[in-house]
Amino acid sequence: MRRFALIALPYAWLLALFLVPFIIVLKISLSDIDLAIPPYTPTLDFSEGWAGIKAFFRGLDFENFVFLTTDDLYWKAYISSLKIALIATALTLLVGYPIAYGMANAPDHWRPTLMMLVILPFWTSFLIRVYSWMGILSTEGYLNQFLLGLGLISEPLTILNTPTAVYIGIVYTYLPFMILPIYSALERMDGSLLEAAEDLGCSRLKAFWLITVPLSKTGIIAGCFLVFIPTIGEFVIPSLLGGSQTLMIGKVLWEEFFNNRDWPVAGAVAVVLLLILIIPIVLFQRNEQKQRELEG
Amino acid sequence: MRHLIMTTTAALALGAITASAEEVRVYNWSDYIDEALLEKFETETGLDLIYDVFDSNEVLETKMLAGGSGYDVVVPSGTFLQRQITAGAFQKLDMDKLPNHANMWDVVSSRTEQYDPDNAYSINYMWGTTGIGANVGKVKELLGEDAPLDSLELVLNPENMKKLGECGVHFLDAPAEMIPMVLKYIGEDPDSHDPEVIAKAEPIFMAIRPYIQKFHSSEYINGLANGDICVAVGWSGDILQARDRAAEADNGVEIVYHAAKEGAQMWFDQMAIPIDAPNPDGAHVFLNFIMDAQNMAAASNYVYYANGNKASQEYLVEDVIGDPAIYPDAATLDNLFTTTPYPAKVQRVVTRLWTKIKSGT
Repeated sequence: MRRFALIALPYAWLLALFLVPFIIVLKISLSDIDLAIPPYTPTLDFSEGWAGIKAFFRGLDFENFVFLTTDDLYWKAYISSLKIALIATALTLLVGYPIAYGMANAPDHWRPTLMMLVILPFWTSFLIRVYSWMGILSTEGYLNQFLLGLGLISEPLTILNTPTAVYIGIVYTYLPFMILPIYSALERMDGSLLEAAEDLGCSRLKAFWLITVPLSKTGIIAGCFLVFIPTIGEFVIPSLLGGSQTLMIGKVLWEEFFNNRDWPVAGAVAVVLLLILIIPIVLFQRNEQKQRELEG
Repeated sequence: MRHLIMTTTAALALGAITASAEEVRVYNWSDYIDEALLEKFETETGLDLIYDVFDSNEVLETKMLAGGSGYDVVVPSGTFLQRQITAGAFQKLDMDKLPNHANMWDVVSSRTEQYDPDNAYSINYMWGTTGIGANVGKVKELLGEDAPLDSLELVLNPENMKKLGECGVHFLDAPAEMIPMVLKYIGEDPDSHDPEVIAKAEPIFMAIRPYIQKFHSSEYINGLANGDICVAVGWSGDILQARDRAAEADNGVEIVYHAAKEGAQMWFDQMAIPIDAPNPDGAHVFLNFIMDAQNMAAASNYVYYANGNKASQEYLVEDVIGDPAIYPDAATLDNLFTTTPYPAKVQRVVTRLWTKIKSGT
């Protein structure tokens, strides 16, 4: 009985927070646009009973999904989102790894403080933190004033409303998700391995590549997925910091939903996005599982 | 610390008591009211006012069509109002509860009838034009003394935009206003619903889009006022607010607004009560409060938009009633045009074109 409860709980979680919302979106993606409240015609009517369900399957035409293939906007937006997510993940790794490394090698009594500092930004609303970047990056912003004041630049830099600002925003926002798993992998590492390598004549840099990096691999992979997956569907950061040329699927979805009032096509875009996201999520799960088996 | 906890608990307890008073929830455009009026409303009526803001008709419409927004008063613009009335999103006003309705101005209400026949569902809050705001100093520095500040040439001619691009140009993220503006510029019917005519706006935008820094419907107020950007295609009162903020900050920025001489769009923001409003009686109290001559004048004096309230005009300051950018003279009024809502199929064409214009894809 306890065993059953233990299994049932995660599945109930999955059902309530993933499957039910997904089915609602899927159902909307199969209906037709209408000027009413809500703005689509339900094509699945349970009140009609069995006849309603049969009528639904007879009328199934996936026209909203077909529509996505008729316009190159959609696949371009998916590809562009994947590209931005990949680059942003790589940048976050470059910034996050040295921080995690430094934390793991810091004296024991410092570590809780350092950990606290990484988590501290979460105490402020995400939206406010992204907004404050607008104040830092704008033409008349703090960064430009600082650089102009130092005499490093003579003309203010245009950073806000460019892809650079989007990358800065993503790296800043998701950095803790990269640092924490890498830190936890590095912290568990046995320091005597490095001492042994040194005794056997291995240079410190080589030892880092041959020992530290492979042993923190699980942390790197976990961190990358934690950054990559939410970044693909990111909407807030590109719309606040990015310019008009930053094409991301989150924005396309917003336009279908708000500008066209076309909930069915918006639903179809969301379903396809989810299918694209499932691939990295499954890979992530398998990696985690393999790791657990290795650790026995 | 203990002191802090005790204060918080006290505040929570207090909140629980006041929450039991009757509430009116209003959803209005951002930067669109004198906040002192909100307090005045609470003191005068004893109702609790919850006041939220938005900056795009699309966001409001999505909330309306989803239903259950929880708001008692919302403020869509004319074309959006018309479509939402068709969808059944609003309830008819009870004129018996709105004695101040007699204050309304026939010049405006005769025009809003095209969106809301007999003005049965809505009252006019404010109206204005869509035009060009410019930082006079910077624009003249880049284009010379005879820069066409009052013409669409300024923002739609690539030669000018090439030079202006470096100091920052914003356009409204509102296709239903930007596309009619371009159609007017090339001599087509701005209210055209013909996809082939609408498509003619594309090459004009494609030639200038590299020089447009951002499409956004509210950032330009601060941008213009701080000197971050030097030109914005935006709403009249918003640009005039930027002008005043710059003057107050005394930062050397001088902003000027023009409704383009080629013709500019005139729009109306209408207050209406959602069909599922939790407190329709409170909503009527709010509408009646807004239609009070002095209250309406206070709002216009604060946000620099004209209103649809005739009785309020004697309380308007000269800066507002005497400014042709706010209350246009008869000749300018003739040069203004209005538009009607796009049907769903045409809307898709317009949105797609807009996405292409914004993203290049």
